[in-house]
Amino acid sequence: MTDHPSLRVIAMRGAGYDAVYRRQLELRERCIESGGLENYLMVVEHLPVITVGRRGGIEDVLLSRERLAEKGIELVETNRGGMVTFHGPGQLVLYPIIDLKRRGRDLHRYLRELESWLVNVCIEYGVAAHTAPPHTGVWVENRKIASIGIAVRRWVAYHGVALNVSTDLSYFDMIVPCGLREAQMTSLQQECGLSLTCEEVAERAVPGFRNAFGFLS
Amino acid sequence: MTIEVTLPPLGDDAPEEAEISFWYVEEGDVVEEGQDMVEMLTDKAAFTVPAPAGGILRDIRVEEGDTVQVGETMAIIE
Repeated sequence: MTDHPSLRVIAMRGAGYDAVYRRQLELRERCIESGGLENYLMVVEHLPVITVGRRGGIEDVLLSRERLAEKGIELVETNRGGMVTFHGPGQLVLYPIIDLKRRGRDLHRYLRELESWLVNVCIEYGVAAHTAPPHTGVWVENRKIASIGIAVRRWVAYHGVALNVSTDLSYFDMIVPCGLREAQMTSLQQECGLSLTCEEVAERAVPGFRNAFGFLS
Repeated sequence: MTIEVTLPPLGDDAPEEAEISFWYVEEGDVVEEGQDMVEMLTDKAAFTVPAPAGGILRDIRVEEGDTVQVGETMAIIE
């Protein structure tokens, strides 16, 4: 093993939320135990799930658990920052499990770095995406295209970002996304007019991540 | 000897304060150095604060939902 931090990309598709979450915790512990040398980027497309973050309340979920179950949507509380969001098919979820000690031990600089990485991915598709301080996330005009929520243990970050690629946006009508009542959601496919898959967008987003975060292998 | 558990700096770009999400431990618990003590929240980040030393946890000074400033003492380890 070298002294340079490495990044391993791990794809997980079609697994339930809990399996993905447990994998994240496992990789987080590996990253901590390696002293931050072993970093990971999980590339995930979740089955339909509504997640309630640490700041979220069940009142932002607009359908009952039973109604959601009938529609095949899981409802889970999870330990990331932020409020309520939806994950599902057509949404590219990226969980960087990386050491922030080498990145200046700055929780919110990391959030800004995630945003700028995603803005660049959108721009590669000709979509004029931008950030909208003080909100966290990525927007196209007033439409939200990507959401961010992280957790950190011993300066190792986990959880991450969700970029709508070809997501069925009607799922977001079942929640108040990120506590923003007015928020309209959008997707890369809707904004650029091309038919896109998560796989092909990941092929751009992953090298973009290596570049933005200095994991050049 | 007593050691204070404080909110560590969260970075130049980060807020100067965070909210207590919950305590993993209770007063009277024996804690080990590095053990997760408390989960805290900023707007989009949840993070844990580890015990700075081993000992017995005394005097938890802030509760769930309280806002804590960077450097503020949250509990005492004896």
